[in-house]
Amino acid sequence: MSDKKDITLTINGRDHNVSVDPRWTLADVIRDHCGQTGTHLGCEHGICGACTILVDDSPVRSCLMFGIQADGKKIRTVEGLANGDEYHPLQRAFIENHALQCGYCTPGFLMLATGILEAQPDISDDDLNDVLSSNLCRCTGYANIIKAVRIARDEMKAAS
Amino acid sequence: MKPAAFEYHAPTTIDEAVALLAEHAPNDGRILAGGQSLVPTMAFRLARPTHLIDINNVANLDKLAIESGALCIGATVRHAQFHTPACDGVLGRLLTDVVSNIAHYPIRQRGTFCGSVAHSDPASEWCMVAATLDATMIAQSASGERLIPAKDFFETVMTTALNEDELLREVRIPVLSDDTVYGFQEFNRRAGDFAISMTLVTYQLEGGKIVDPHVGVGGAEDRPRRIAEAEAALAGQTPGDDAFRAAADAAAAAIDPMEDHATNAQYRRDLTATLVRRALENAAS
Amino acid sequence: MATATNRMLGHLGDSVERLEDPPLVTGKGRFVGDINFPDQLHMRIVRSDHAHGKIISVDTSAAEAVPGVVAVWTTENIDDVPPIDFREGSDPTLALFRQYPLARELVRYVGDPVVAVFAEDPYTAEDAAELVVIEIEPLPVLINADDPPQDFKGQATTEAAIVEQGYGDIDTTFANAFKVVEIDVKVSRHTGVPMECRGAIGRYDEARDVLEMYGAAKVPHRNRDTLCRMLNRPASGLHLFEGHTGGGFGIRGELYPEDVLVCVAAMRLRRPVKWIEDRREHLMAANHSRQQRHIIRAAVAEDGEVVGLDDELYLDQGGYIRTHGTRVANMTTGTLPGPYRFPVYRSICHFRLTNKTPAATYRSPGRCESTFVRERLMDAVAVAMDMDPIALRRRNLISLEEMPYGRALDVLGDSVEHDPGDYAGLLDQGLAQIGWDDLQKKLAKRRANGEMVGAGISMFFEKSGLGPSDGAKIFVDNEGFIEVVTGGASIGQGFETAMAQIAAEDLGTDYRRIRVVHGQTNRIDYGVGAHASRATVLTGTAVSLTAQAVRAKALDMAAELLQTSADSLTITDGVVHAKDNPTGPSLTLGEIAEALIPTSKLRGDREPYLKGEEWFHIEHQTYPYGHHIAVVKVDPDTGGVEIEKYFIAYDIGRAINPMMIEGQLVGGLAQGVGGALFEEFTYSETGDPQAVTFADYLIPTLQEVPDPEILLTEDFPSIRTPLGIKGAGEAGITGAAGAIASAIDNAIGIPGAVTETPVSPQRLKKILSEHGK
Ligand SMILES: Cc1cc2nc3c(=O)[nH]c(=O)nc-3n(C[C@H](O)[C@H](O)[C@H](O)COP(=O)(O)OP(=O)(O)OC[C@H]3O[C@@H](n4cnc5c(N)ncnc54)[C@H](O)[C@@H]3O)c2cc1C
Ligand code: FES
Ligand code: FES
Repeated sequence: MSDKKDITLTINGRDHNVSVDPRWTLADVIRDHCGQTGTHLGCEHGICGACTILVDDSPVRSCLMFGIQADGKKIRTVEGLANGDEYHPLQRAFIENHALQCGYCTPGFLMLATGILEAQPDISDDDLNDVLSSNLCRCTGYANIIKAVRIARDEMKAAS
Repeated sequence: MKPAAFEYHAPTTIDEAVALLAEHAPNDGRILAGGQSLVPTMAFRLARPTHLIDINNVANLDKLAIESGALCIGATVRHAQFHTPACDGVLGRLLTDVVSNIAHYPIRQRGTFCGSVAHSDPASEWCMVAATLDATMIAQSASGERLIPAKDFFETVMTTALNEDELLREVRIPVLSDDTVYGFQEFNRRAGDFAISMTLVTYQLEGGKIVDPHVGVGGAEDRPRRIAEAEAALAGQTPGDDAFRAAADAAAAAIDPMEDHATNAQYRRDLTATLVRRALENAAS
Repeated sequence: MATATNRMLGHLGDSVERLEDPPLVTGKGRFVGDINFPDQLHMRIVRSDHAHGKIISVDTSAAEAVPGVVAVWTTENIDDVPPIDFREGSDPTLALFRQYPLARELVRYVGDPVVAVFAEDPYTAEDAAELVVIEIEPLPVLINADDPPQDFKGQATTEAAIVEQGYGDIDTTFANAFKVVEIDVKVSRHTGVPMECRGAIGRYDEARDVLEMYGAAKVPHRNRDTLCRMLNRPASGLHLFEGHTGGGFGIRGELYPEDVLVCVAAMRLRRPVKWIEDRREHLMAANHSRQQRHIIRAAVAEDGEVVGLDDELYLDQGGYIRTHGTRVANMTTGTLPGPYRFPVYRSICHFRLTNKTPAATYRSPGRCESTFVRERLMDAVAVAMDMDPIALRRRNLISLEEMPYGRALDVLGDSVEHDPGDYAGLLDQGLAQIGWDDLQKKLAKRRANGEMVGAGISMFFEKSGLGPSDGAKIFVDNEGFIEVVTGGASIGQGFETAMAQIAAEDLGTDYRRIRVVHGQTNRIDYGVGAHASRATVLTGTAVSLTAQAVRAKALDMAAELLQTSADSLTITDGVVHAKDNPTGPSLTLGEIAEALIPTSKLRGDREPYLKGEEWFHIEHQTYPYGHHIAVVKVDPDTGGVEIEKYFIAYDIGRAINPMMIEGQLVGGLAQGVGGALFEEFTYSETGDPQAVTFADYLIPTLQEVPDPEILLTEDFPSIRTPLGIKGAGEAGITGAAGAIASAIDNAIGIPGAVTETPVSPQRLKKILSEHGK
């Protein structure tokens, strides 16, 4: 076994000092060593997107990075999306439009959508579809996810 | 699906990186770039490198600029950097058109151009672009650098002319003249998947006739390459259905398609003809 | 109904927001992977990489030597643990074919668990698992269920059972038929593939002598009973707990080898044992489903009436028979006639083992397969009779006047009796809404212009609410908060919200004040769980009856306290008051509950507490119905299929929350499209599974699934349940493959072209080139 290294992950503004085995994926470190289990694992090989988080504000698959690579980086997960008791517009839109059933894919979709809407607030419907096709959902058939993200986009744009 | 143990190195200079590579490559030490191909393979334990040399913090690998008539793409330039044109002119537009076909948005935030080329999946869009546009790969090792033309670089499935102690430091793609037209086509069953076959074509017109045609095919064979037979069918012809069909048929006849459990050779061959024809139609329109 | 509908409160029929959502959108869900216990071990399974063979030796020494490894088990370590039994009880005729938690003597598919490694962390467990050396002497591999059966353990053949159903005189009917139409069609292997892989945690509490399993789903009570039988424990000393569940679709929650192993290991190793499946394992170890080949013929009269149906089918069961026994065979043969009359019928199912992953139920089991087969046949009959496919179907639909329509068929121990529904009437509504005639004209015109476009239809009936019984308990505390305890299960379908809405209706309270408990075997003795679209129908009705009883008790107590009669009172927003005087004297439910505590002087001789427990017994299942219509465009050059438009009509009887029902239909359709065009478990000749990653098992993304138009009707509430509810979980998937296949035939102008799903581009291209297109 290789030696552990001490790193600091800044997750949703809070520093977590952890001693990691370099082979631990970022997803495992966040879930099992920082106690933030909102980020899910659906495949661990990059295809489902359930593990999507924001690293330095870009949406990435946390199963395809090692925890050690995120030392000192700014990480945002679904747990940090709401502002206290106030839902993020995307969370609100997901609830109101029934964009989740089992909810397993939801954190990944929320973080993917957050990342893209922050980067491209004016993104077109087609481009949004293209981005949202990055993640898999087995329950909803996607129609309500698309609807919810479009509504949140329009709301966030109007509010800014 | 947890990767096997490895030792992690995070060099900050190119010299350090290639020194580490020289030291550890004989024990399956490897470069870690975007990780978007390597990490899944490690998760399945199909790869179990003992050392990973992470180049993400290495200085001076992020070059993305035109130098002496070529677009130079450094080893840490990510796919996402092509979402908007990386340079003026036809080449910048072409790369932007192609990039949206590579994997998915989040994967493009991490995956690197050079990582794709080094990894050399037969269905990598960047590999096909490099082959079609006669890119040059710059391989750097502790003992110096080597320039490898695309036609000599891609050997077979996930096998290139890079030596195990060489870092693919940069890929250089010659700038395309303003009168170059291009067409790109690929087909996959599901959005974001590796393509079953793909093609990139470019040419210019002189006096209404096609000159300098490039027809590259990827995904269909064990490596991407220019298809001379298809190019010959185009050179000197007037763009149009006849020439395009002739080139498409020539490409289909010339290739030696891969077979796997999901796709047979005949399907890949037929598909390649369709894609080449459509790409040529795109180019002409 | 007792109270008027109120949008804010979330009563019956309101598309209110779900109670489930807040934790799920904030990352606070508790899926099994999120649960940890101090000192837990992690289990890793070493699986067979041979499809069929004799275990010669297993060397675990290198694995045991890995630091951090606590134990490595082969079947010899658990030779007192019997094979996994059937959910509905023992069945001596099938007992031989059951699976041991760890393979004994033989391995029968790639993925068969052979060794279990227990280690301090999952990475170490996987390192050690790789070091286990299993020596296998290969045996002949059987891949196709329609190849001749092989020997099974020297005691039987791989044809484990023949399941036959039918009625009437087949021979005479076919001998006298005007025409006989025969087709040979296949449904390939696919399965539910929930986004969360399976997982289980076993924990033995020595202090209380209680064994606990976390990660239960679907049928926790049934699994508790089976585990008690297998491990010889009392039901009071073994509890299963369902947390959040990342999709079920019929495959999650059955009792699998790994579930048994974590329980046994927790007891023997005296530490909690956690197992989280990875995706590769999931695709080779969790139940597969669907694979069948049917050779089916119809005897047709001159006017297009199908007077007889004769079917022979081969069901590919895979390596063992798991908890379901022969249920899928039973449901296939029992529901094949669908919404049509078919006066004479026979179906013979060869229920055969092969050397592939064991198969069982996946959303709409039996109906999905039989609907595809039957609707392919109806299209073929229409062609043979030169009739319009819609007219042909109409000619054969069971009419409203004939309802309830019984048949001498068995579906899960219940004789089939269609409850009233207007199949033809819904078809009229559907065709009108989609503008069928106009659509046909437009498509014909586009075809004339060289486009390959076409439309197809598939009709079906579903079954839901398998009985016989379910119960529920309701407790109102002194603050007026309400707890509904059910033996149901939630696999993501909005169970809590639906139950809360049902209870809110009778309790006259905001559904958000109601907490719904499910999947906890220590909270209620009995439960049907969530399968076969039972939850809403059975559990929902039990909740409704219980809520009515609690309401009656509340009003009775309040009547005495308010010095009036119970029938002059009602409940609004948790407050009991006179019907004709909402602002007059009143009591909250909490105040009434307080008056009913055991020590209360006001209680009189009433049973203590404001609570109730009632049961619902159903006579027959309910049979909702509907149809799917697909419009597709085929790219003749690539063989690609694009779904341009999709339409689902469905009579739900009574919708508790229409938003959730539509969600089920759209979600089911995405899986239906997956099965029709993308998903397939293929195997090499030597039995190696070829779809063990998400790059090979193609779950559609949003680019591949249509956003369907839905016609949800409540024209025929079920006569079997007081609320009129029928199930909704499966209707989105059942008709999909049939409608899409029919549309493809139509688009390419080759009747009967599609005989197999999924219709991959390569398959379609082959069909086109065989027909010179
Ligand atoms: C779901 C999914 C879908 C995908 N779809 C596509 C697709 O459609 N088309 C496509 O092209 N790609 C696709 N990819 C792959 C993706 O584009 C990768 O980013 C790319 O192939 C590899 O780049 P990387 O930087 O991530 O390399 P890494 O994964 O870090 O490395 C890959 C290999 O190349 C070596 N390597 C990397 N960089 C260098 C270097 N500079 N010098 C020497 N060796 C090096 C590594 O040692 C390793 O062996 C997909 C990936 C996923 C997960
Ligand atoms: S878990 Fe990371 S993409 Fe599936
Ligand atoms: S809501 Fe279940 S996977 Fe998306």
